Amino acid sequence: MTDTAPAVELAGLTKTFGPVTAVDGLSLRITPGEVVAFLGPNGAGKTTTVDMLLGLARPDAGTVRLFGGSPADAVRHGRVAAVMQTGGLLKDLTVAETVRMTAHFYGHTRPVSEVLERAGLAEIADRLVGKCSGGQQQRLRFALALLPDPDLMVLDEPTTGMDVEGRRDFWQAIRADARSGRTVLFATHYLDEADAYADRIVLVRRGRLVADGTTAEIKNLAAGRVVRATLPGADQAALAALPGVRSVEVRGDAILVHSEDSDVVARHLLTRTDARDLEITSHNLEDAFLALTAA
Amino acid sequence: MTATTSPDTTTASGPADRRPPALGGFSAAVLAIEIRRVLRNRRTLMFILVMPAVFFLLFGLPSRGETLDNGLPVTGWIMISLAVYAAMVATTSAGAAVATERALGWSRQLRLTPLRPAAYVATKVATAMVLGLLGVLVEFTVGVASGVRLPAHVWLESGLTAWIGSLVFAAFGLFVGYLAPAENVMQFMGPALAILAMLGGLFVPLHLLPHVMQQIAKFTPVYGVGQLARAPLTGAGVDWAAVGNVAAWTAFFGLGATRLFRRDTTRV
Repeated sequence: MTDTAPAVELAGLTKTFGPVTAVDGLSLRITPGEVVAFLGPNGAGKTTTVDMLLGLARPDAGTVRLFGGSPADAVRHGRVAAVMQTGGLLKDLTVAETVRMTAHFYGHTRPVSEVLERAGLAEIADRLVGKCSGGQQQRLRFALALLPDPDLMVLDEPTTGMDVEGRRDFWQAIRADARSGRTVLFATHYLDEADAYADRIVLVRRGRLVADGTTAEIKNLAAGRVVRATLPGADQAALAALPGVRSVEVRGDAILVHSEDSDVVARHLLTRTDARDLEITSHNLEDAFLALTAA
Repeated sequence: MTATTSPDTTTASGPADRRPPALGGFSAAVLAIEIRRVLRNRRTLMFILVMPAVFFLLFGLPSRGETLDNGLPVTGWIMISLAVYAAMVATTSAGAAVATERALGWSRQLRLTPLRPAAYVATKVATAMVLGLLGVLVEFTVGVASGVRLPAHVWLESGLTAWIGSLVFAAFGLFVGYLAPAENVMQFMGPALAILAMLGGLFVPLHLLPHVMQQIAKFTPVYGVGQLARAPLTGAGVDWAAVGNVAAWTAFFGLGATRLFRRDTTRV
């Protein structure tokens, strides 16, 4: 196959709703086979981006290419499928009927029984959709997305509103499916999901990309520590000039120094200043996320 | 690789595998699922099949024995009128189902499949027409069982006219469906249809209404279909005003539905 085009290529994607810029010049390239988490707080523009990526919304500026073609082409040929937060289901069809009916909308699909099995729905195939739990309905959406055996699977906040068990079952189904070569892009605001299931994390805030790297790289962003001490009238400039210091914050008499090398900061504070009550705490992924996505 | 049977031996994305569906996704199989789905809904069933039949037993049977000027039974007149009513309720509700599906977000889900919007609408119209036919057949069956006897050509011509004429209501249903995305659209459509049926002379002969009402009634959408469907029975011949009425309303709802449908599908 001569298919060397990126699975996803977003260039300068922009979308505004009235005065609000939901997506602001976002560019992103995903190569086939990557499992990418699109991570950001609520309102970061994740869903709007996903909508444009799938052709459900038209960008004000910028372009979307899926496998070198338009989203509509990718949809028509069953190359992309999605599990949407809002995608509705017909309550008066059974689970199996929903899958069977949807299968007829494609030129070619995996067998219905196989898809039900993979989504963990085989036991409730004859249940009416209206009688299914939120988690079961979400797995049904996943089953529908599996039908065309897509090259790109997009999941928009797939576990929102699910209980712990539902989330676990859902990700188990996704994992069980981990077909080599399938590109997966999932939007989420759950750090642990991004951490556990993605090879690459793309962090977005206010419609902009703020960090992009492997899960390890993103974690490294949080490798620094915070040195806290009481130091009235601290010389902020001197502290900021220390090697490894990322930021200096003053809160009343207290200072908070974010640094990659906390030893240098501590030594400086204790030997060159009158600082007391010194504390050193380490970051975690949560802090990195907050730091990178805070307003 | 493991015990799970892995059918992924094919390199799944060969171009032949990736063809879009035939007929844009319209298929008899989907139509069958759609119809089963509608018939599973007790309320719909009540509405489109049971109610018109019960109306006949309530309002038709008391006229047993009475005849029209040409000697044919009045019960035939009532039965055909109610067949038109049954067909119009069935086709309207099937068309208006798009309102529910838009409200539920199913239409959005469909946009992530290769199903063409035109094929979706075609499925809805086909579903509507099958249900409309069912409505006519149930009404006629109740009529026969209650002793209505008519010449064969009247059964055939009236039945076909009632059925085909209900196409205007499939368009009406779609029109409303694309106008208002509401899950419970039939709750306000039901009474509206009853009023239209009344004005169309399906429940009582129009000449029993006040003169002004009669004049207004001739311009309402049910009038034409009712007149044409009863013509084979009354021997009235082709009433061109009725034909014009049907044509005008079909055009109006058809074009309106098309317009709203276009707006709905281009809106991104």
